[in-house]
Amino acid sequence: MTLTVEDVHFSYQSGVKALKGVSLTVKDGEFVAVMGQNGAGKTTLVKQFNGLLKPTKGRVLVNGTDTTKTSVAAIAKTVGFVFQNPDHQLFSETVEEEIAFALRNFGYAADVIEKRVEWAVNLLGLSQYRKTSPFMLSGGERKRVALASVLAWDPQVLVLDEPTIGQDHQQKENLRQFIVQLQTQGKTVIIVTHDVEFVAECSPRVVLMREGKIVADGAGKDILTDEKVLAESSIVLPQVAQVFTYLNIPGFPKNVIDLYEAKQLLKKKLERN
Amino acid sequence: MAVIETHNLTYTYPGAAKPSISDVSLAVQKGEFVLITGPSGCGKTTLCRTFNGLIPQFYQGELKGEIKVADLDAAKHPTYEMAKRVGLVFQNPENQLFALSVEKDVAFGLENLGFPRNEMRKRVDWALNLTGISDLRDRSPHEMSGGQQQRVAIAAVLAMQPEIIVLDEPTSFLDPLSAEKIFEVIHDLNKKLGFTVVLVEHRLDLTAKYADHIVIMDQGKVRFDGETREVLSNEEARLIGVGIPKATLLFEMLKKDGVPLDGTTPLSSEELANMLQEAMLR
Repeated sequence: MTLTVEDVHFSYQSGVKALKGVSLTVKDGEFVAVMGQNGAGKTTLVKQFNGLLKPTKGRVLVNGTDTTKTSVAAIAKTVGFVFQNPDHQLFSETVEEEIAFALRNFGYAADVIEKRVEWAVNLLGLSQYRKTSPFMLSGGERKRVALASVLAWDPQVLVLDEPTIGQDHQQKENLRQFIVQLQTQGKTVIIVTHDVEFVAECSPRVVLMREGKIVADGAGKDILTDEKVLAESSIVLPQVAQVFTYLNIPGFPKNVIDLYEAKQLLKKKLERN
Repeated sequence: MAVIETHNLTYTYPGAAKPSISDVSLAVQKGEFVLITGPSGCGKTTLCRTFNGLIPQFYQGELKGEIKVADLDAAKHPTYEMAKRVGLVFQNPENQLFALSVEKDVAFGLENLGFPRNEMRKRVDWALNLTGISDLRDRSPHEMSGGQQQRVAIAAVLAMQPEIIVLDEPTSFLDPLSAEKIFEVIHDLNKKLGFTVVLVEHRLDLTAKYADHIVIMDQGKVRFDGETREVLSNEEARLIGVGIPKATLLFEMLKKDGVPLDGTTPLSSEELANMLQEAMLR
């Protein structure tokens, strides 16, 4: 399940050019964080992955199939998309209805649907809300309902648009562990996020966008410690990297984003003094 | 002088089986910058809605206990009056924006209060400037990105110049640098112009350094209420699952490993870096 984006341009009807020649390949099982400032084109890019938006120029291939030659419904089964704002996605009267909806549309049998719903509510800590209206839940809880409803059909590629917004520390940690778990199952996970601390904890491949283009693409610890390229993209360094940048000790590695690595390095340095 | 004061405040939404906040007693002093945090669903947003009377006047349900905001009984005083004193920026900007242009949205509250045209123009310009969206004034809020909408929502509240500004995760859709800029604006409003600020946030990495006082809630109750450094260095506060700033965590980890560091718990990477530098020079 490879995603290939070939020199994609995209303009909205209003005339705004959101993508200006983006090329990118996401291999099966990769974990990618698409980062960049507001309006950089991140969401526009990932909406190309499941055909919600189609290129004005260039092409997007989902496992070899051109997204303009197939339907969103067909792609959705392999590429699941969780929206930034859960209210754009939720509409059912109860949480379990919400989660079961797509499964029914995909034609799963009732017992399979029940099992999948059960699995998804447990996974995301929503079992006490099965019969509750999603609109009675808090912002963070509604986000988890939206996530559960997509996970339930077990897509091979999962696109999460700003999954950490409104999530507390524990839920972010759960989300991180959950992504790790998906990774061990060989799933591809693509997140769009501003949350530098979350990305620093996960350390995925980072694709940095600015004004409709990709301006950097590489390992999290290299990109999230590059002060210049981050500043141009309106992103701040993760705190650990900030500490190392302030300290500016000769001979000290600068590309540190991990808390434990930071502790070990500082401890050694301070003990030597 | 307390501008917000609650005593054993307990509130249950209509039809809900149990209260969303229970026995909340807290005080926010005039001119303070207070951070309210806690796990999702802990009652933070509900508490904010009591500050301007939306709870119980709009949401109905059952409110027990006492609440006094700007010397008024927020539970009974008309919400349109409360709105002059307490500005609330919602978590989801779409819940709050409705006009066809940014300018109109920001001017709406002032229009309703019957401000003279000149004053209205001044205030709108001021608010748009502070939030960095002057160039978007003629755009429709509904065609803008989530981050831009959040700025409009904040500008609309700022334009009213209420004494108390309550912000419920006001920058969740913003990129970090824009979020920092907004927090700096809020910090300036607090420190330079004396607005009392109540900020609900999960992202303590970005905000702890601004707070005079922090309230940590869990399951509808206030679990910690005190000076920011003191509360964040408390092991138990961490166990509630609050996202302690990484600089604070790194400090605690080094201390635990026996590295001698002087000074109070750092809340930002700058503070930690200074402390480490001193330690290295010793």
